[in-house]
Amino acid sequence: MKSDPGLYGYLPWDRRPEIRWPNGARVAVWVAPNIEFYELEPPVNPQRKPWPRPMPDVLGYATRDYGNRVGHMRMMRVLDQFGIRGSVSLSTAMLTHHPEIIDLVLERDWELFSHGIYNTRYTYGLSEDQERAMIVDAMQRISDYSGQHCDGYLAPALSHSEHTIDLFAEAGGSYTCDLFHDDQPTPVNTRSGRRFVSVPYSLELNDTIVYVVNKIEPRRYGEMICRAFDRLYAEGERSGTVMCIPLHAYQVGHPHRLAAFQRALDHVCSHEHVWLATGREIAHYYLEHYYDQAIATMREIEEATA
Amino acid sequence: MSLDEKFLSYEHLRHGMDHERYDWSMLERREPVTWPGRAPLALWINVCVEHFPLNPQSPGFKAPGNMTMPYPDLRHYTLRDYGNRVGIFRVLEALDGYGFHASFAVNGELVERYPYLTRRLAERGELLAHGWNMDCAHSSALDEDTERQWIRQTLAVLGRMSLKPIRGWLGPARSQSSRTPELLAEAGIQWCADWVNDELPFHFQTQSGALVNLPLSLELEDRFIINDNLHSETEYAEQLIDAADCLLAEGRERGGRLLALNLHPWVIGQPHRIGQLERVLEHLRDFGDQVWSAAPSEIIAAAGLALEGSSR
Repeated sequence: MKSDPGLYGYLPWDRRPEIRWPNGARVAVWVAPNIEFYELEPPVNPQRKPWPRPMPDVLGYATRDYGNRVGHMRMMRVLDQFGIRGSVSLSTAMLTHHPEIIDLVLERDWELFSHGIYNTRYTYGLSEDQERAMIVDAMQRISDYSGQHCDGYLAPALSHSEHTIDLFAEAGGSYTCDLFHDDQPTPVNTRSGRRFVSVPYSLELNDTIVYVVNKIEPRRYGEMICRAFDRLYAEGERSGTVMCIPLHAYQVGHPHRLAAFQRALDHVCSHEHVWLATGREIAHYYLEHYYDQAIATMREIEEATA
Repeated sequence: MSLDEKFLSYEHLRHGMDHERYDWSMLERREPVTWPGRAPLALWINVCVEHFPLNPQSPGFKAPGNMTMPYPDLRHYTLRDYGNRVGIFRVLEALDGYGFHASFAVNGELVERYPYLTRRLAERGELLAHGWNMDCAHSSALDEDTERQWIRQTLAVLGRMSLKPIRGWLGPARSQSSRTPELLAEAGIQWCADWVNDELPFHFQTQSGALVNLPLSLELEDRFIINDNLHSETEYAEQLIDAADCLLAEGRERGGRLLALNLHPWVIGQPHRIGQLERVLEHLRDFGDQVWSAAPSEIIAAAGLALEGSSR
């Protein structure tokens, strides 16, 4: 085991290439609905139980299933209202179980990226070959169904190995959502040396973390989104920032949570200098315009302080 | 290091669900429901009337609200019992004040302990079986005979008090084992409320006959918001009001919706909280005939789902 994942160098906030997003936008806002399938009785990973109650955990399972049966339409209508295309963190088993939902999002030109096969199948304990097979399988399912190349990865249930990001880069991916170290994209070191980046995906604004872990009230979640946006928008005048709103239809799609979320998006979208982007668009824009400068800056800082 | 091949094989990967209990269906793709009087919103208020034993055994798992301190946990025992002595009467008065119906999900053991209370409730509304007591969570850790016995004795004692046969079931903490639905159907239960995966009733399969599942929202329940999420009573009321407004608007545009409110007198019946329930009820009452307050079996019937063995 390593004491540092070794995935990125130190790039201080006050010494970076100045980022300019398209059309003078100050902040790139992307919304990442997690569209997930949890199995009722998955094989039990030796390192992590899938459900808190003895299986079948009817309450846990039904809570997630609600997102697909009920919450999705509600969440999607709100995004439609503001012309936001989602970047879907996809349990790729959904392409088989519930393609009706995938068809709706593809009609809207949303991005699909990989969130593994099922959110009840973890990376823990897989050999490198097994993990590679799972990663490639999920990417292939996305391209077979949608014709889209899978550019991004959020490991299933945020379960990682030391090689997860190396393997995804080698399989042809260009960005990861698994790192929470920054408010701008950053270069990520992988063993193959491929050009690969992290796109900020906020855990703090992730509705499941907000509602289940931090037990925050729906109206306060709306305030948090507005406050985060206001700060990133102001700072983005100096250098473009990224704001991600990760969602789950089984959380934000509840009737007591929708209005507060809708008001928050209204606040965000009422500002002029906002780039409503997808994860892929942010990753590619950064790779093209700022990646090399960021690497050079890190090298300069390293040499100057060595 | 590697895992067995089963971790990378997906035997239930197919269109629809990964089990046989119900069909895959998105609520908005179904034929819209029309409630009586063309009300956009049906309201189901259910009150849980519960007994938490002082000496829990908790085979399987512990339902929320159970004892947590070393024996004898007088603090939690009496705080739960408060609901049956004081809280329930405050809740009934609040319901009367705004003219709303409620059903009552009652533990079997509570019937034996408090026949007076059970009789009062039976005269007011539909009774649901709520398991034997709150330490009897159903799970696959139980043997089948134990589970069958809990269900049978619960239905037997409740049936003696009820003016009508008991047809509905809410497991303690919405718990079910892999065989609970079969055991319920065998015992004459026609519908259960344990699966919170929808907002309208749907058909549910068992090997012993069909059931209906009428989802009783966890996320809008007093105990979940106040005890699990630690939100204030004011925030509880705000969340219910926001939910009612959202569902009512959808009901007007897209077909009947259901607001299912589950109450625990040991939570919401406290003097500092009951006023916030009244605030919610007042908000709902102000919608007039836009809200149809009904018993759960009426809601299932109005949604067009026939109950097995019923006359419909």
